[in-house]
Amino acid sequence: MTISKMLLSAAGFAMVAGLAQADTSGKRIALSNNYAGNSWRQAMLETFQETGKQAVDDGVVAAADAYTTSENQATEQAAQIQNMILQGYDAIVLNAASPTALNGAVKEACDAGLVVVSFDGIVTEPCAWRIAVDFAAMGKEEVDYLATRLPDGGKLLEIRGLAGVFVDDEISKGIHEGVAEHDQFEIVGSVHGDWAQDVSQKAVAGILPSLPPVVGVVTQGGDGYGAAQAFKAAGRDTPLIVLGNRQDELKWWSEQHEANGYETMSLSIAPGVASLAFWVAQQVLDGADVPKDLTVPFLKITQDNLAEALETTPEGSVANVTYTLDDAKTVISDAK
Amino acid sequence: MTFLSRHRIILPVVSLAVLLAATFYMQPRAMSYFGLNLLFNLAVPIALATIAQMMIIMVNDIDLSLGAFVSLAACVTATFLNDTPMIGLLILLALILSYAVLGALIHALELPAIVVTLGMSFVWSGLALFILSSPGGASPGWLRTLMTVKPPFAPMAVVAAVIIAGVTHLLIIRSGLGTVLRGVGGNARSVERAGWPVIRLKALAYGLAGLFGVLAGMALVGLTTSADANIALRYTLLSIAGVILGGGEFTGGKVSPVGAVIGALTLTLAASFLSFMRLSPDWQIGAQGAILILVLTARLIFSRKGAEA
Repeated sequence: MTISKMLLSAAGFAMVAGLAQADTSGKRIALSNNYAGNSWRQAMLETFQETGKQAVDDGVVAAADAYTTSENQATEQAAQIQNMILQGYDAIVLNAASPTALNGAVKEACDAGLVVVSFDGIVTEPCAWRIAVDFAAMGKEEVDYLATRLPDGGKLLEIRGLAGVFVDDEISKGIHEGVAEHDQFEIVGSVHGDWAQDVSQKAVAGILPSLPPVVGVVTQGGDGYGAAQAFKAAGRDTPLIVLGNRQDELKWWSEQHEANGYETMSLSIAPGVASLAFWVAQQVLDGADVPKDLTVPFLKITQDNLAEALETTPEGSVANVTYTLDDAKTVISDAK
Repeated sequence: MTFLSRHRIILPVVSLAVLLAATFYMQPRAMSYFGLNLLFNLAVPIALATIAQMMIIMVNDIDLSLGAFVSLAACVTATFLNDTPMIGLLILLALILSYAVLGALIHALELPAIVVTLGMSFVWSGLALFILSSPGGASPGWLRTLMTVKPPFAPMAVVAAVIIAGVTHLLIIRSGLGTVLRGVGGNARSVERAGWPVIRLKALAYGLAGLFGVLAGMALVGLTTSADANIALRYTLLSIAGVILGGGEFTGGKVSPVGAVIGALTLTLAASFLSFMRLSPDWQIGAQGAILILVLTARLIFSRKGAEA
């Protein structure tokens, strides 16, 4: 009897100890990614692998594996997710090829007891968690910043992204909201730069001759350097261009600052959001109460941290930040 | 070896069995009702698309628009068929009819099918984008129920594959009409001289392809619960590979419905197998191609030996 009592108490102790430690040390997390063909996605995969490896080494999770489909197709990714269920993963961190076409596979995963956390390319299936980007807020923040720098206002040029894409509509909506609020500003021209420096440069060069002097340029990222080159080629004064965290943009800013004290702001979504999604998945597995809809903070670069950001950003890449478990906890508590 | 060349279905069956055994060895979890369904449910629309492609290859043509057509059918299913079932049904019927008309046109004007279908692929893609410019729509409830049904003994994916193979085998291999259809691909002139209206037969073959293309789109939406305009673009090449893998030949008339379904299952399984192997995605497409070449080489060797014997 005493032995069974001892066994019981030992079992009880083991259970308590198990609860006190990370509950997730035996859990396996997989990243399902649909595309790896640009610098942002490459940086995203790298961050996930670094974060995952560290977490495995620390014994927080048992595995953190990254999978990318060989073709950027929803049907392929659906099959990939179903394979992950078979492989016995406990959670899937997902950057989806389509917001809706993966819902069937995601539902299968949820029904099989997996935790699905989608980020960047989010899915609408209600059983999944979403780490979304408030693109409209990003656009509005640009105008808010311009209002602090140029209290007298003036005329603005807007560079948009790829026509017909959700992200482009959202950022532009935010910019126009901002302009409505700060009515000292007026958008006098709008071009599509497709988030690429060369396209932006051509588009801005094309519209510049028809524009009155502009005091600021609002952008969507990946287009600021091209815009600056177009202004220079046209012999115009460089306006206040809001940048988008690309390495060439930051380098140009830094050079301008040294030459003539140019100051601006740069903001975009860090590819490290994959590490945030990883920690959110870990928290859900851990039993934390996590709201289904979370919002990613922007990565903002100002004059104060420009040198540091430029140093850590590889050439041709985009400024990044690796989120930690504490960052994830902050994001979760902010959403409650 | 004459045995193997006479029973061309054996090679596809063996390929599938080997691949399945290797998958089970690597991932024992797949060896269950639930596992088999997960492994194969996305093969059901591919199998239907492969049958559609087989109808075209059967009459000695090739369809490069199938992926776009299946995407369009999926978009119609996720929008019109869900919101206004009658109109949706009419549109789908019109799509099948347009395929039949296309077949008749190709025959009457002696147009190369490869060019016509390549051109049509842009028409289908455009229509799909027009209907669903951004991803969305929803699967009709009954379709979702049908695609997630859990029959006793065998999972939905396996049951569906058997039914598709069985029905098309009866239609193409066993029925008189099917034999004439295969004859059109083998020797259209003889069939014409024997008094058959080849133009109608071609229209029928294309119409059947349209029917199975539409079914593929519907099955896909039933699985994914929604559609986008690019959802099935890969099906064009997958379906051609499936037909050839299943023992069909480009020379026309030599097709096997059962083989085509097995070919589609093999292709789907090959992708999962490579993913289980943790092969880098850069290598996966190449490895899929390698599996295809391996099977085709085996077939060539067997048929050569059969010819020698």
